[in-house]
Amino acid sequence: MQLITVAGPPSAGKTSVMLKIIETLQEETLKVGVVKFDCLSTQDQILYQKKGIEAKIGLSGNLCPDHFFVSNIQDCLLWSQKNNLDMLITESAGLCNRCSPHIRDVMAVCVIDNLSGVNTPRKVGPMLKLADIVIITKGDIVSQAEREVFAFRVKQANPSAIIVHVNGITGQGAREVGQLFKRAQSVDSLTDCHLRFSMPAATCSYCLGQTRIGQNFQMGNVRKMDLS
Amino acid sequence: MWNSLSVMTVKQLFSSYPYATDFFSSLPNLQQSEDSSVAQYFAAIEDDTLLDLGIDRQEFLDQFLSFMLQMEKLKEDKVKIESITIIGGKDKQGKAEDIELTIHAGEIVCIVGPTGSGKSRLLADIEWVAQQDTPTNRKILINEQLPDMRCRFSVEHKLVAQLSQNMNFIMDLSVGEFVSMHAESRMLENIEEITSHIIAKANELAGEEFSSDVPVTSLSGGQSRALMIADTAYLSSSPIVLIDEIENAGIDRQNALRLLIDKQKIVLMATHDPILALMGDKRIVIKNGGISSVIQTSEEERRNLVLLTTIDRKMLAIREMLRNGGRIDEIPV
Repeated sequence: MQLITVAGPPSAGKTSVMLKIIETLQEETLKVGVVKFDCLSTQDQILYQKKGIEAKIGLSGNLCPDHFFVSNIQDCLLWSQKNNLDMLITESAGLCNRCSPHIRDVMAVCVIDNLSGVNTPRKVGPMLKLADIVIITKGDIVSQAEREVFAFRVKQANPSAIIVHVNGITGQGAREVGQLFKRAQSVDSLTDCHLRFSMPAATCSYCLGQTRIGQNFQMGNVRKMDLS
Repeated sequence: MWNSLSVMTVKQLFSSYPYATDFFSSLPNLQQSEDSSVAQYFAAIEDDTLLDLGIDRQEFLDQFLSFMLQMEKLKEDKVKIESITIIGGKDKQGKAEDIELTIHAGEIVCIVGPTGSGKSRLLADIEWVAQQDTPTNRKILINEQLPDMRCRFSVEHKLVAQLSQNMNFIMDLSVGEFVSMHAESRMLENIEEITSHIIAKANELAGEEFSSDVPVTSLSGGQSRALMIADTAYLSSSPIVLIDEIENAGIDRQNALRLLIDKQKIVLMATHDPILALMGDKRIVIKNGGISSVIQTSEEERRNLVLLTTIDRKMLAIREMLRNGGRIDEIPV
């Protein structure tokens, strides 16, 4: 079974692009399933199911979404094995720009959009920098120059990644990425596998439900800004 | 590469490879002296900082080296693309396209056909340099040879630049800043010169003048299109320019196309505008997912282009009268 982790900032176009890519894989009679990780709510499973794609939702609620991801990914893999899928794609939003659900020896994809601005590639952390494939979306509404500068900045942030443009509306580029997805490694189990990088740590009083503000209520892993 | 870079001081690194600053600009200020060597610089980064960045030391070093390597590669001269050849595959019904069409640099080829007929698929085949591995089974040659397949996924070897009506500028920059940013990303050296040249060219094409200080987002439709075309002609690395119509307002379309072909671009244009279509050397007619024919622009059509251009000028003159607050009581014959 092949596994691919897809991550990207909210509204970058992850779901639209995945739908287009999976359509092209279905044409080759591959059975692809999706697990969508989100925080509060999502209706995206309906979009997937409409296309005949097996889809599950994981809502992290008041837990850190990427920590939630790691705690559940092995179970997701078991679910897709039970359903005899050829390929499982997990989709999650990198909310803090520092998180990254990418796993060693598992194909890692980052989706990022032209509208987010040319400085964004410099701001996004491991989610972009450690990805194998970077998909750039929304190229149809910005100028050629902006597309080129954006792609250049992505290349600067992650020089070794394959950078591709996909249009989530027309599907331009999707078939080509589908061919790349077919090269993903096979995974039988993720137990004992490693994340590509550690996730941000918190464990302070606010993680435990504190809501009051002030020096007296800050405990644990607290860091102060330098405002001097 | 590490052997030569590691012994340089950071200052030397920045002066020999100015783009190296881009790598460091995305990092937190590590307050290190520029006189320390590159090796010392990397060794002195604290574990906590690396943790914040989400990367370990070795990976970070690898990333730096790979960054330097890739940036150096961008400076290499590329193989000049003289021609592309489309070798026919099949249409949606599986009927063979009996065609082998070579398009040379400096040529304009129009693509006509109803919505959904397969125009985008043809363009996608070209962009992907299809080798009978797409639904149309077409094959694309570059310079009449099998191309280096690495160009499929490389940013700097991207074959096709695109220009369509619904593209806009979104950056919060002035025209001058915008163009020079694009020039920087191409690793050019005479940035100021080329920037002012492009802006002058764009002004020649645009109906209304604009200066280099105006924000790109406040340009009119015609001005934006003029700037996009001038910028693409001079700065885009892609040898093929794909145009999806050019609106007939505020831009001198014939000169815009001439600029692109002067720059030896291969221009593919999806259009149903008679003037643009007849400006092309050939028209590819797409039906049912396949190329049904290729029409060579005839002498009669060329003559009619002159006539159409006269009509077009009249329309533009009337538009100009309206713009200036005039009345359209009489139309000059």
